[in-house]
Amino acid sequence: MILRMRGIAKSFLGIRVLSGVDLDVAAGEVHAVVGENGAGKSTLMKILAGVHAPDEGSVEIDGTEVSFAHPVEAQRAGVAIIYQEFNLLPERSVAENVFLGREPVRRWLVDREAMETATARLLQELGETSFTPRDLVRHLSIAQQQVVEIVKALSQDARIIVMDEPTAALAEHEVELLYRLVARLRERGIAVLYISHRLREVFDLSNRVTVLKDGALVRTADTAEITSDELVRLMVGRDLGTYFPDRGARPGEVRLSVRGGGNAVLDGIDLELREREILGVAGLQGSGRTELAKALFGAEPFTRGTMSPLRPTSVRQAVAAGIGLVTEDRKAEGLALRQSVRDNALLVSRSVRGAGNGGRAGGSGVLELLEAVRLHPPRPEQEVRYLSGGNQQKVVLAKWMTVAPKVLIFDEPTRGVDVGAKAAIHDLMRGLAEDGMAIMMISSELPELIGMSDRVVVMREGRIAGALPAGASEEAVMRLAAGEVTS
Amino acid sequence: MTGRSRPAAATGTAAPDAPAPREGGKGRALAGRIGSTQVIYLALAGVMLVGWVLVALDGGDFLTLETIVGIQQRSAALGIVAVGQTLAILVGSLDLSVAYLISLTSLVAAEIMAGQDGGIVPGVAAVLAVSALIGLVNGLVITRLHVHAFIATLGTALIVKGIVDHLYDGPAGSVPDSFQRLGYDRIGPVPVSALLWAAVALAVWFLLRRTRLGYRIYAVGGDEEVARLSGVRTGRIVVAAHILCSVCAGVAGLLLASRLGAGAPTVGTDGGYDLESIAAVVLGGTALAGGRGGVAGTVGGVLLLAVLDSVFNQLEVNAFFKDVVRGVVIVAAVAVYARRGARRRSR
Repeated sequence: MILRMRGIAKSFLGIRVLSGVDLDVAAGEVHAVVGENGAGKSTLMKILAGVHAPDEGSVEIDGTEVSFAHPVEAQRAGVAIIYQEFNLLPERSVAENVFLGREPVRRWLVDREAMETATARLLQELGETSFTPRDLVRHLSIAQQQVVEIVKALSQDARIIVMDEPTAALAEHEVELLYRLVARLRERGIAVLYISHRLREVFDLSNRVTVLKDGALVRTADTAEITSDELVRLMVGRDLGTYFPDRGARPGEVRLSVRGGGNAVLDGIDLELREREILGVAGLQGSGRTELAKALFGAEPFTRGTMSPLRPTSVRQAVAAGIGLVTEDRKAEGLALRQSVRDNALLVSRSVRGAGNGGRAGGSGVLELLEAVRLHPPRPEQEVRYLSGGNQQKVVLAKWMTVAPKVLIFDEPTRGVDVGAKAAIHDLMRGLAEDGMAIMMISSELPELIGMSDRVVVMREGRIAGALPAGASEEAVMRLAAGEVTS
Repeated sequence: MTGRSRPAAATGTAAPDAPAPREGGKGRALAGRIGSTQVIYLALAGVMLVGWVLVALDGGDFLTLETIVGIQQRSAALGIVAVGQTLAILVGSLDLSVAYLISLTSLVAAEIMAGQDGGIVPGVAAVLAVSALIGLVNGLVITRLHVHAFIATLGTALIVKGIVDHLYDGPAGSVPDSFQRLGYDRIGPVPVSALLWAAVALAVWFLLRRTRLGYRIYAVGGDEEVARLSGVRTGRIVVAAHILCSVCAGVAGLLLASRLGAGAPTVGTDGGYDLESIAAVVLGGTALAGGRGGVAGTVGGVLLLAVLDSVFNQLEVNAFFKDVVRGVVIVAAVAVYARRGARRRSR
């Protein structure tokens, strides 16, 4: 075994994200690591790559125990990690990126020729002929940039390469190229840790697969000896002990509908949102869930299809038509962190109705509003950045309540929110629905999605892969999201 | 991982957009192939042509020995500062303290030389030491105290200003005649000061193209986190860039002292070397955010500003109008670069 991880545990801010995880990988093995979002895959890999230090447990490479204080130390020990967001400089050449921080020198000067020859040799060994070491990285496609990352790893003599969701940003024909690349790495005797929740790739590529769930190891198995059904069950099977508010009355009339909606990412979207209904939207990362929300909200509008009451071409139009969006990334897109609770809560109403007029939420009205979203204690002058995640989310909600939208879209409403605040937000959402709002909720957490939704649609590759009634099983959702495996 | 600008890779969409350009570097439109550096030199040629026509229509002769020497003379000091400023901007920083540093170093030089030939070597050495020290302070305040470069160097500028204003209220010291030759001599049509500028520019160009420090200046300016994760000690690179930037300003201070024959507390600010050097760098196509551009563009930017000046002088245009045109040129140039950048991203 080239890599042996034993009893790895890690907590962030008192929340346990990994406990007692073991992982063994042999040279020349492709080892898939699977699990739902939040299962701890990324944290485990970041511990291996020296980004985080484990609280407990040991990591051995080639039989020697290692502990990395910095990613560079892990690189020197032969561990390379290829993130979904590439660590490349777009304005520099391929060779310059490959040798960044380790430029070969001859008589004090950078030996450009040696750099380019070494890069060209590695590209050739990987069978990559579509670009040269001198090309600027910004001229390369995503797939080509991935090759550059792999070449960079090989030039550091990496023996363990971690690939984090490598196909997430690739087009279909590029996935084939990646397969060939992984095969070449295996031939070179490199251990590849392949993180993905696309089952097809797991079965196509890996020798063994390790399943993580809620930060714990579920099972490591030979890929040949496990079926996709079993794998799905291992990934999602859990107690549904969590409480969710009761489902409401029957849905009312249609508040928003889309027929054949599409743009650069989405295609053939048919969707209806009804009053008093919570529609859950499931799908893997990159399946187009967030893009769907942004299209309905006019931020990245549909370019095809019909939508009623109107197909918004801007956020302003969507807001005027009564559509609101609670974004996935509240810190970057939902709140002005350094401004007060009051200013944030009034952001939408001020921008739609004019700054001088705070509407019904002006003056002391803001307290009423904060009471309505159950923000405790309600301190309107506090800067939003000092609030907890759950309270920040309530402020985002308050922001939309000022304009009383007919349709409210939630993208990952409880990400980074503790359990208590989660339940409060769920209650608020159900309450809004009962008051007649039409709600669409995107969530990666299947229990939440299933527990909250009156109906679930599942996205895959920019399309709606299927719809399920309330109370569908997690397996059914996963199967639609990951795509059927025929083997 | 917030606050990074990079192409599409980030969001991880199932991008079914047009089949990616596997052909990589080949087959791009000609317009996309012209680099920023070529743009600035094309603009320079254009301005010279227009200037030549305008001056000719006015009944003058644009390309005389006098104007060519004048353009070089005028650009040398700004050019040296701007070459240093290029380093600061490339690394993702900037330096607002160069103007006051120039004043200070002109005084240091003139006071130590005190009109004696024997004072030249200690004078030059002191200037280089003082400016390197100021650069070191700038760099350390930025990297260790995490003060934004704008504020850090503005603070340094005010401190230097306070010291200079307290000690001097007019020109002081004197440089020997032999040192004045740096400012006024020329070899054929080429002034010595222009040669000095060329030497500084070549040295920095070489540094950026062929040394590890140069490569890492681009890397840190391009994406500090990427550089850090590749094992680059980013703080040192920023400090080094600031030291070199300040030393360039010190060299400009020496040049100005030799022209004036003395040190002067206002020589740096009168020349507007702080903002004008930044303008010249940006005009030359170096990204204000860092990581892209280079010395060749900066030299073009400085020359463009000098040629404009020269044309206006010959046409005897109102000085205020001159500033208006310079402002328009700078903004237009950056708008052109921004457009090109946007086209690149959308590809």
